[in-house]
Amino acid sequence: MSAISVEGVSKRFRVYHERNQTLKAAVMRRRRASYEDFWALRDVDLEIPHGSSFALVGDNGSGKSTLLKCLAQILYPDDGRIETRGRVAALLEVGSGFHPELSGRDNVYLNASILGMKRPEIARKFDEIVDFAGVEQFIDQPVKNYSSGMYVRLGFAVAINVDPEILLVDEVLAVGDAAFQEKCAQKFATFKREGRTVVVVSHSMPSLRTMVDHAAWLQKGVLREVGPAQGVLERYSDSTHESSGATIGGLVHIGSGEVRIQRAEVLPLTATDEPLTVGGGLRLRLHWSAAGRVERPVVGIAVEALDGTYLAATNTRDAGDPVDVLEGEGVLECTLPDVRLHPGTYSVIASVTDESTTELLDQVRDIARFSVDSGGRSWSGGYLALPASWDQVAESTSAVDG
Amino acid sequence: MSILSELRDSRELVANLTRREVKGKYKRTVLGQLWSLANPLAAMLVYTLVFSFIIKIEPDVGDPSGLDIFAVWLLCALLPWSFFTNVVTGGMASLVGNENLIKKVYFPRSALVVANGFSAFFTWSTEMAVLLVVLLVVGSAVLPWLPLVVVVMAVLYVFALGISLLLSIANVYFRDTQHFVAILFQIWFYATPIVYPGTLVSERSDRMGPLFGSVTLEDLYRLNPMERFAEVFRNLLYDNRMPELVDLLVIIAWAVGALVVGALVFTRHSKRLAEAL
Repeated sequence: MSAISVEGVSKRFRVYHERNQTLKAAVMRRRRASYEDFWALRDVDLEIPHGSSFALVGDNGSGKSTLLKCLAQILYPDDGRIETRGRVAALLEVGSGFHPELSGRDNVYLNASILGMKRPEIARKFDEIVDFAGVEQFIDQPVKNYSSGMYVRLGFAVAINVDPEILLVDEVLAVGDAAFQEKCAQKFATFKREGRTVVVVSHSMPSLRTMVDHAAWLQKGVLREVGPAQGVLERYSDSTHESSGATIGGLVHIGSGEVRIQRAEVLPLTATDEPLTVGGGLRLRLHWSAAGRVERPVVGIAVEALDGTYLAATNTRDAGDPVDVLEGEGVLECTLPDVRLHPGTYSVIASVTDESTTELLDQVRDIARFSVDSGGRSWSGGYLALPASWDQVAESTSAVDG
Repeated sequence: MSILSELRDSRELVANLTRREVKGKYKRTVLGQLWSLANPLAAMLVYTLVFSFIIKIEPDVGDPSGLDIFAVWLLCALLPWSFFTNVVTGGMASLVGNENLIKKVYFPRSALVVANGFSAFFTWSTEMAVLLVVLLVVGSAVLPWLPLVVVVMAVLYVFALGISLLLSIANVYFRDTQHFVAILFQIWFYATPIVYPGTLVSERSDRMGPLFGSVTLEDLYRLNPMERFAEVFRNLLYDNRMPELVDLLVIIAWAVGALVVGALVFTRHSKRLAEAL
C-alpha cells in the first residue's frame, strides 16, 4: 500500500493580464479579467511507497513545489485525485505561524496546534521540542527577541516533532548551524528507520543522494521519470549539464595583458561524439593572441568545481612541453587523456605567466566548462573518482599481512 | 455542514488562535486588557455629552426597572453594536492578515475567522461584566435575565460570524470590501437605535403614514437585524423584561441565515485561498 497516491493530477494557474483587483476595475470593464491558463502540473501519476524517502526534482518552474503544496493540501488540483494515508506534516516554511509578541512557549503551543497536534501531546513533547531547538533559556521570551537562527530552529523543532506519518519538506534542510543540521539529519534517519514516509523537494543533489531512495523528475509540469533514486537523479543531473565546449561570453581578464587568451574550446579526445564519462579524455584548445613577442611563457589550466573548489591544475612547464615563444595569434591544445572526475560540471581557468611563473600575463576564470556524465553508472559523491576494486579475503591473510 | 465538523476537529487550534489574538493584542501596553474598556468608555462619554446634554434625547424610563440614566441606557445597545463591528472588521481582515500562514500550512481556514470572533467575544464579555456591575449598582434587577442575555449574546456571535465568513472571502477577492464596510458601518450605526430610542422612528412613521401600499417607514426600519438586537438587549438589561417573542425569533432567523450563507460561501472558496491571496 503506498503512502500517497497521485492520480492524473493537473493544476492550472491563471495568469492574469490585467486582474480585476479592485471593484472599480471589475465594474468598469464589465467582464471577467482576461487571463491565460498556465498548467503547473499536467496529468501527473505517482505512487509514493510507504516508508520511502522520496525526492521531487526538476528545474525551477517544473512544478515540483506546486505538487508538494498539493500533497500538503495547501493547493487543490483542478483535475485528478490525491490520496494520502496517514498524518501529514509539511515543512514548507518554518515558524510561519509565530506571533512575534508572544513567548516561545505560547508559540510552540500555537504552532503545534496549527500543525494539528492536541494539547496533551504538545505538553508531552514540549521539553523535547525546546531541547531540540536549543532555546531553553529563552523559552519565555517573546520570539521577536530571538535571533533568526533560534526562530527558525524553534519552528523546525515544532514541525519535526509533530510525529507525522508523512513528512513533506521543501528545501528547509539548510537551516541552523552545523550542529543543528547534524541533529536534523539524525532525525530524518530516525524517521526512515521508523518506516515513515518523507517527501522532499531540493536542488542539492549531494544531500538528496544520501537521503532518498526514490525520486520523481518533473519537467514543465509533466512527469518525466519516476523510480529508484539512483537512476532518476543521475539522469536528471546529466540533463542539467551544459553542453560541452561552450565558451562563456563576457570574460574577465586579469594580468598584464601581454598575451590574451581569447577563448577556449572543449573537444572530445577523438572525433567521436561520445559524452565524456569518468576516466575518459578531452582536449582543451586555447586561442591566444600576443601584443608583442613573449618569450618562454608558461601557459596553464586549472579545473574548479562550480562551487569554487579548486581541484587540479597543470601547465606547459610541469607537463614538460615548454612553449618557446608566443607572437601574433595561435592555438594551443592541451590533451587530458584521463579525467578522473566524478559526474558533474566543471569550470576551466586558463592562465599565462612569465617563465618564473611570478608575473601574471593573463588569467581568465570560467573560460570554458565541461561535463562528466555518469555513463549510467552509480557514483557516490565527491569530486574525484577513486578507481577501486573490492574482494573478500580470508581473515588470516589480512592479519599477518606485511 | 462540513465547516462545523471541521471546526469540531480543530477546537484546540481555535482555542490557541483565540489566545494568540487576545494575548497579542495588548502586549507591551501598560494598561493591557483595560484598553479594551477604553473604547466603549470614550464612546459613551462622547455620545452622552452630545445626545443627552446637547441634543436632549430622552429615552423612555425603563419599564419595569424604572431606570433613567442615559449613559447606561446607551451602553446596553452600544456594547453589542461595537462587538458586532469588531467581529466583522477583524474577521474580514483575518484571511488577508494571515496570508503567510494560509500559503504555507494546511489547517481549516475557518478557524482564523472563528477565533477572531471568539477573541472579540472575550473582550465583549469583560465589557458586559463591567456593565453588569454598573447595572446592579444603579438598581437594575438584571440577574434573573442573565441566562437569556448569554443566549442572545451567543446568537449575536453567530450572526456576526456568518457575516464575517462571507465578507472575509469577499475581501480576499476585492480589497475594497473593508473600506466599503467601514463606511457602511457608519450609516448602519445611525440606522440602529443606539444613540436615540426606536420610539422616535415609530412616532415619525405614524405621522407619515404608509409609504407605499401598507408598508410604513417603521416596517423598513425594522428590517435591520441590529435594530432587533438593540431592542432585545435593552429589554433584558435596562428594562428587565421579556423581549417580544417575535424579536427573538427574528434575530435567531437572521443568525442562522447569516451563518448558512457565510459557511456555504466560505466552504466554496476556502480551497482556493492559497492561490487567491
